[in-house]
Amino acid sequence: MRRQIPLIITFIVGSVLIISVFIPHKPFGQLGENFSVYFDIIAVFAFILGAGNLLRVHGNRIYRKHKDWPYSVVTVAGFTVMMIAGLFKIGGSPGITGDLTEPGSMFEELYMYVFTPLMATMFALLAFFVASASHRAFRAKNKEATVLLLAAFVILLGRTPFGVKLTSWLPDPLSFLEIPNLASWIMSVPNMAGQRAIMVGIALGVIAMALRVILGVERTYLGADSE
Amino acid sequence: MRKDLVWLFGGVLFFGLLYLLNWGVKAISTDLLVWIGAFLSLAILSFLYQDNPFYKFAEHLFVGVSAAYWMCMGFWNTLVPNLIAKLHPPIVKGVLPAIAEKPPEYWYIIPAALGIMFLMRLSPKAPWISRWALAFIVGTTTGLNLVRYLRSDFVGQIKSTLIPVIVVENGSLSVGGSFSNIVIVLGVLCGLIYFFFSKEHKGIFGVASRVGIYILMITFGASFGYTVMARISLLVGRMQFLFGDWMGLLQ
Amino acid sequence: MNPDKPKMGFFETIANIDRRVIFLFVGFAVIIPVLLSFSCREEATPIVQSIFDKIESLPEGSKVLMSFDYGPSTVPEVQPMVDAFLRHCCEKNLKIYMMALWGTGHNLISESMEDIIKEEFPHKVYGLDYVNLGFKAGQQGLINVILTDLKKMYTTDALGSEIDAVPMMVDIRNLKSFDLILSMGGGFPGIKEWVLFGGDPGNIPVAGGATAVSAPLLYPYYPRQLLGLLGGIKGAAEYESALIKGYPKFKTYSHPGIDMMGPQTVAHIVIVLFIVIGNITFFMGRKKEEEEKREGGALK
Repeated sequence: MRRQIPLIITFIVGSVLIISVFIPHKPFGQLGENFSVYFDIIAVFAFILGAGNLLRVHGNRIYRKHKDWPYSVVTVAGFTVMMIAGLFKIGGSPGITGDLTEPGSMFEELYMYVFTPLMATMFALLAFFVASASHRAFRAKNKEATVLLLAAFVILLGRTPFGVKLTSWLPDPLSFLEIPNLASWIMSVPNMAGQRAIMVGIALGVIAMALRVILGVERTYLGADSE
Repeated sequence: MRKDLVWLFGGVLFFGLLYLLNWGVKAISTDLLVWIGAFLSLAILSFLYQDNPFYKFAEHLFVGVSAAYWMCMGFWNTLVPNLIAKLHPPIVKGVLPAIAEKPPEYWYIIPAALGIMFLMRLSPKAPWISRWALAFIVGTTTGLNLVRYLRSDFVGQIKSTLIPVIVVENGSLSVGGSFSNIVIVLGVLCGLIYFFFSKEHKGIFGVASRVGIYILMITFGASFGYTVMARISLLVGRMQFLFGDWMGLLQ
Repeated sequence: MNPDKPKMGFFETIANIDRRVIFLFVGFAVIIPVLLSFSCREEATPIVQSIFDKIESLPEGSKVLMSFDYGPSTVPEVQPMVDAFLRHCCEKNLKIYMMALWGTGHNLISESMEDIIKEEFPHKVYGLDYVNLGFKAGQQGLINVILTDLKKMYTTDALGSEIDAVPMMVDIRNLKSFDLILSMGGGFPGIKEWVLFGGDPGNIPVAGGATAVSAPLLYPYYPRQLLGLLGGIKGAAEYESALIKGYPKFKTYSHPGIDMMGPQTVAHIVIVLFIVIGNITFFMGRKKEEEEKREGGALK
């Protein structure tokens, strides 16, 4: 029963949502809309679950004095401060009745000067690693890799004003060979063709997987039997 | 661990001292919050040299703050107005007076129950109850995705590929336009042929598959170029904050 | 230094260079142009110009839904696009409805309202010219709901006012009430979800700006399912240039997209050089190996 009822739920919900496209009237249309609303609300519980799990993992590390447990204190402290600032809407003029992100509120300040620098810099690090990885791994070992490399060069140079200056001397009849024009052509023709082929392939995979899940053939999302 | 704490404490003290002394740079920001942002940015960037206590501190802080941020956002923007206010409107009178007078909608008990079931994942005694809510989520996602992907990513894309291979503009043949359309049609076909592994890639099929590989290589090269552009933009943004908002060196 | 270790050649040294040296070069390639304020103007490509032309063609009072689907990690790329769109829509006196599928988008709506609308267009009235609907959880499920009934999810605006008390929300029933949907961001959910769950089923024009990582993946939707696309900071710079061309008064306003093209150019050149150097060292190394093999074979 622990596995049968979820399979039945998946089948009913999935089928109703598919039928609601073909019969958009009562009851299927209404049910389809309601299921989407339920989904939106349950998504919030997923955030709460994530936070709860985080506290459980880090609380455990602090309790058992794992290696680097003081850093877990930092995580829990950061979580607590942000949560109190957000749940009670501390600071900001209208208080608890106002917008969560009211300018001047503690939540907004923590977002601007703690969350934003941390998140933005984490992603900014990638620029360095992409350069290092390109230098080490990007080799024209065969014809396919050479084509990839050449396309990358055209895009890298063509998407900047340097590319304009590099080939601006070409006469008008050969203007299609100018790097920026080549870059535009590569994006809107061969890139589009390749991405479209990949997209159709992925769509077929999604459709097949969706059918498998709805019909109960695919059950990995239910987890292990021992639970 | 004690060495890490000493480094961390020393670094914060040093940074604090710089803030108090304004670092000898006239234009530098005097806003404490900007200095905190700068300290955290530099702590993350210090990873480029090697893993260190500042990076670990910033990383762990990010995890905690980020989890709380999403939880608060979800709570105030969806849970309160779309669940609590629907089940029992008078309860939100102190926070959302505008909708406190509306009649209750008791069928919202269903998502409330499913949500609580979802939270049972944390319970050591009955985590299996969360499967019911998970099944609902999976069912909704698959039900929505099946039709939408079929319409937009399958039928829609085939429709977009049915384009004329001979393009006529202003009464005369457009060589460029025709060539581009031929590349698109053949590129999509050959790309799809490459992914068809149920038949051996020999003969004409093999030739089409090779063309498909080259089209895909151009696609990946373009993606790489754009990825580099994206990553560099993010770095430029951070440098503008450090040199502009913090150090005041930019106009 | 180990005296027994053979001295590495120049190309071997370059091939085995410490990655921190590469980091240093990339760092300087970005910092120096930023400090020198080196920037370059752009020319709008057709995929960008189509969005500009669409907004230009909308009559005064048209309804534009702007979805802020990004976070602080992609602000440098996406915020210039958002600022440009907001300026254009405000200049054309269009009604702007702002919402977010990402939680972080909620903060960014507030910032954009403060920095662009209230600062540069102080005559615009909240509730009449623009409204902040805020963030709602649900991702593609949310789009599916608001396609048929927007007020089922949005019972209040982001400031807590009852939705029907906001004048510009009175005649909004669902997504089909809008003349244009602009989605800004990259990742999931984003423009793809707006096309799949909003634009295509509802036959509503969708356009937007995406991070450069996501942009190539969206080209298959252009032009039938996606009106136009701003791809990365280049797209933002192109739109800003088109805006300045159409409305010269914006020349004196901030244009972060155009400003970032300078550092972008230098960094791209540095990365291309590193790739070229890496390949040269690779081929030199391969040539040396082949020569050593031949010599080894000749000796035998």
